[in-house]
Amino acid sequence: MAEKLDLNLIRKDFPILDQQVNGSPLVYFDNAATTQKPQVVIDALNRYYTQDNANIHRGLHTLAERATTGYELTRTKLKDFLHAPSTDQIIFTSGTTAGINLVAQTYGRANFTAGDVILVSNLEHHSNIVPWQMIAQETGAEVQVIPVDELGVLDMVAYQSLLTDRVKLVAVNHVSNAIGTINPIKQMIDWAHRVGAKVLIDGAQSVAHFDIDVQALDLDFFVFSAHKLFGPTGVGVLFGKRELLETMPPYQGGGEMIKEVSFSGTTYNELPYKFEAGTPNIADVYAFGFALDYLASLPKNAVWEQEKALLDYATEQLSQIDGLRIVGQAPEKIAVVSFVIDGVHPQDIGVLLDKFGVAIRTGHHCAQPLMARYDLVGTCRASFAFYNTKEEIDLFVKALKRCLMMLS
Amino acid sequence: MINQTQDELIEEFGLFDDWADKYEYLIDLGKKLLPMSESFKTEDNVIKGCQSKVWLHAEKQGDLVVFQADSEAIIVKGMISMLIRVLSNHTPEEIIKADLYFIDQIGMSQHLAQTRSNGLVAMVKQMKNYAVAFSAIA
Repeated sequence: MAEKLDLNLIRKDFPILDQQVNGSPLVYFDNAATTQKPQVVIDALNRYYTQDNANIHRGLHTLAERATTGYELTRTKLKDFLHAPSTDQIIFTSGTTAGINLVAQTYGRANFTAGDVILVSNLEHHSNIVPWQMIAQETGAEVQVIPVDELGVLDMVAYQSLLTDRVKLVAVNHVSNAIGTINPIKQMIDWAHRVGAKVLIDGAQSVAHFDIDVQALDLDFFVFSAHKLFGPTGVGVLFGKRELLETMPPYQGGGEMIKEVSFSGTTYNELPYKFEAGTPNIADVYAFGFALDYLASLPKNAVWEQEKALLDYATEQLSQIDGLRIVGQAPEKIAVVSFVIDGVHPQDIGVLLDKFGVAIRTGHHCAQPLMARYDLVGTCRASFAFYNTKEEIDLFVKALKRCLMMLS
Repeated sequence: MINQTQDELIEEFGLFDDWADKYEYLIDLGKKLLPMSESFKTEDNVIKGCQSKVWLHAEKQGDLVVFQADSEAIIVKGMISMLIRVLSNHTPEEIIKADLYFIDQIGMSQHLAQTRSNGLVAMVKQMKNYAVAFSAIA
């Protein structure tokens, strides 16, 4: 098991990492916002547009055939990646947000009525709150919130008591984007199913870190974005159970999603095309397949060990800074460290760190209810990927100490 | 004169060669910003579009517009301090017509780009809006 990642080799796969920013070597610790792309993904994008570009599914010519095959091949790879029962339960969207909105506007509109409850958690990103508030307002359903404790762990006792037969859907993230908590989704799904509720898991922050088995988890809906999984921006994935997807009305109308159109009525296409109106993001979907191949080629345990080592080392180094407090200390966390420093606004840290070549995220991380829970205006968040190194953490901590000297 | 103050700021920042020193000076300006009266730190006075909270209050004293402002973030306070030094205590007409070239010429425009989109533009716009409002009343 002693297999370790050869970081020198791995970093060469991500050309963007090798550059100077503001005169210092780039330290990219904003992986929870988006991950960098391996050369194979960049090459695939280039190859698609230089050799294969055509519109998919209807063209009879060779390029259309190649483009269609490339696009659908990614769907097949995703079926394996998610351990899904079939490719037609894999729907391409533009991102996590689009996937959640799709479920809210189709499943939600068809199934929620006045008095129903949609359960979200206090850890959610705005994109897993606002779409539910919007559909709740339309249908008379109510959004209720699973509380979170001081450490950043969901209150499972409260969850249990919130789970009444009024709950139609539980929408929670697998991993908190702001503070890194890993939620016990298997248990949450089982409990929800016992009261007849469906579950949507926002996997935006988890797919880059764990194996996902949608069947073992008995997931109803799972959504994530390619760009947080070393793939291109503008591609998202929605997995859904067949019986749910089949009974859901279409989302957007247009080409591709239809079977037959006449002015007396239109019939809709089969899954997954029913939900893929219009020309999709063919090039990026195609290139995303190469990100999945790249990940599959890495030794999974070694990736996990590397991320764990980075989390532990960063936590230890940051904890030694006077006045620094780590926000989110759940026992189960991904490689994300969110922190605040007494008397210093996160924005000042973010601005100055950038001058030292260090990219982190500052602010509310699109999780204002969570910031309000901890009475914070925001945090500084360093988020790691397997291509990051301990040496980069040293550069980051040194830069942070210099920033604090400048600000004091 | 607005331009004279701008030229002074350009000269002051010209004394520093590297970005870290310029930032330290900016932070220093932020620390020295005259405190804003707590009674003006209202929700109405918050400027939207900034990552940190920024409050701006304006009043007319005689013919002149006087600004007070504050922020939770020190670098933003430094920018506020410069804007107040340049624009406060001038007539509405002078403020409306002011071309704020110092922002590009203190040698930090590349560095300020990020906070600029985050708040500097919103602050300047709000200060000019006050000037327009006061000139309309007059």
